[in-house]
Amino acid sequence: MALTLTLREPPTVPLETEGLSPDRLAGFHSGEIEALTVWHGNRRAQLADFFTVSGDGDEELRMEGDLRRVKFLGAGMSGGRLIVAGDAGMHTGADMRGGELVVEGDVGDFAGTGMRGGRLVVRGSAGHQLGGAQTGERAGMRGGEILVHGDAGDQVGAGLRRGLIAVAGRMGDAAGLRMLAGTIVALGGVGAQLGAAMRRGTIVAMSQVTLLPTFAFACSYRPPFLRLYLHHLRALGLPLADDQIEGRYARWSGDGLELRRGEILILEAGG
Amino acid sequence: MRLADTEVVDTFAEAFPMWGSRIVITAESPAWAHEAARSLSGFATSVIGCKCEAGIERELDPTETPDGRPGASALLFASDREGLAKRLVERIGQSVLTCPTTACFNGLDGPETVDVGGQLRFFGDGYQASKVLDGRRYWRVPVMEGEFLVEERFAVAEGVAGGNIIVLGRDIAGALRATEAAAAAMRTVRDVILPFPGGIARSGSKVGSRYSGLVASTNDALCPTLRAQVPHTDVPPDVGSVFEIVIDGLTFEAVRDAMARGLEAAAGAGASHVTAGNYGGNLGPHHIDLRGLVPGLRDD
Repeated sequence: MALTLTLREPPTVPLETEGLSPDRLAGFHSGEIEALTVWHGNRRAQLADFFTVSGDGDEELRMEGDLRRVKFLGAGMSGGRLIVAGDAGMHTGADMRGGELVVEGDVGDFAGTGMRGGRLVVRGSAGHQLGGAQTGERAGMRGGEILVHGDAGDQVGAGLRRGLIAVAGRMGDAAGLRMLAGTIVALGGVGAQLGAAMRRGTIVAMSQVTLLPTFAFACSYRPPFLRLYLHHLRALGLPLADDQIEGRYARWSGDGLELRRGEILILEAGG
Repeated sequence: MRLADTEVVDTFAEAFPMWGSRIVITAESPAWAHEAARSLSGFATSVIGCKCEAGIERELDPTETPDGRPGASALLFASDREGLAKRLVERIGQSVLTCPTTACFNGLDGPETVDVGGQLRFFGDGYQASKVLDGRRYWRVPVMEGEFLVEERFAVAEGVAGGNIIVLGRDIAGALRATEAAAAAMRTVRDVILPFPGGIARSGSKVGSRYSGLVASTNDALCPTLRAQVPHTDVPPDVGSVFEIVIDGLTFEAVRDAMARGLEAAAGAGASHVTAGNYGGNLGPHHIDLRGLVPGLRDD
């Protein structure tokens, strides 16, 4: 049985658990894990005050219970596999460097912010600022992959510098806001102000989009690199049809208020 | 030794280390992928005159390619790592970048890599863009047709070049028929290419020449027309024509396997004799004995 931390009951105020990741707990025995510091609101506590520790193993960590008020799950992890068996709170996977973090339910706001590597998979939906920038920083996610099987909130990939974010459901407003590079793939609908102030990078939309007037049409074509990306996402379990992979995309360049070196690729009907 | 009715000379092929790479080319149709691979591997029969040796390894099904399109894989070999890097940039730049609908990927795993797409990107004149997926960087180079996609780094590895068999027959038609059968059998082996036209060379060479400055010249000991003229001949009295198949591979085992299949096929197609080329074992570190290469070989 994998090392499992089970939250006995939801905390009354958010519980911050920075450092709970398989790579950091590797080699710890259960007593050491139980003694780890967590923050319950503004009070220092021990992990054993909230979690029951069972199982063992270095490669995989499993988190169970109602974790919606538990923040920073898997933050900064650099290897191994972390499975959250249900929902997770804010800042899940923030600043990840490697490994795989799978959330079987929903995640709160700021998931994957500042991420530099690894893969965050959300089977449910994500909140706002997915893969965005840490507070006070210009650049958002700098590497790695985020896959969301449900919907995502506003400002997906805000300030994105490198990496891939794919959302199977609907994205909120201002996805790709001020993005610097990287790739966002929206399989469902997208909100307003898509790619506002983007400098470089790619946003792929599979649905109708109302673009800002600062984007200019370039051409309709089949981007060779996109087939690579979409095959990759299909292999990771996102629902991609052949006509999305092989289809024609309208290329819009923008944002004209910035460098106009970014692109929004919009799948054409019957392409 | 004999294999069926073919006499097999008890000798060995002498092969050399060369640096190799695998280039995967995809396109909208198998025909365009093949066209690019053919162009990339053209004029690359021998390092002596072409600076590299190359050939099409095989056609690729869409399920085998990175972008799910039909493709072809080619192998390119050169004497050293730096030379291989230069040839990759030259040949992909001139033969794949220019070819309609193609994209180009590294097809080899390995720790040593050379920069290819990172050089070709400059053709984009500042409008190029890169994408990083799964730890690999790709360059998108805008072209008049649309966009050329090329992987930044290509793996290079030390391979084995100069594996060979030499097929002898009573006349040109018979010898060529047996050699064609051998080449076809060799092409079923992965990780190898046959760099000469159709896989077959009619002009095997020896090292050196009576003319200064020539590093190779005709293999007079195997020229049937010179049998009565040269101080030493390896052409038996009943032989009227000789062909050679050179094999370059990514591994010693693949080259040996190709030689074995070629030997069997040549014997099955009526070759009078099969032998192999070597330099007395003094030059190349890889020796592939014909003895023991295939089951069924028996001593006379």
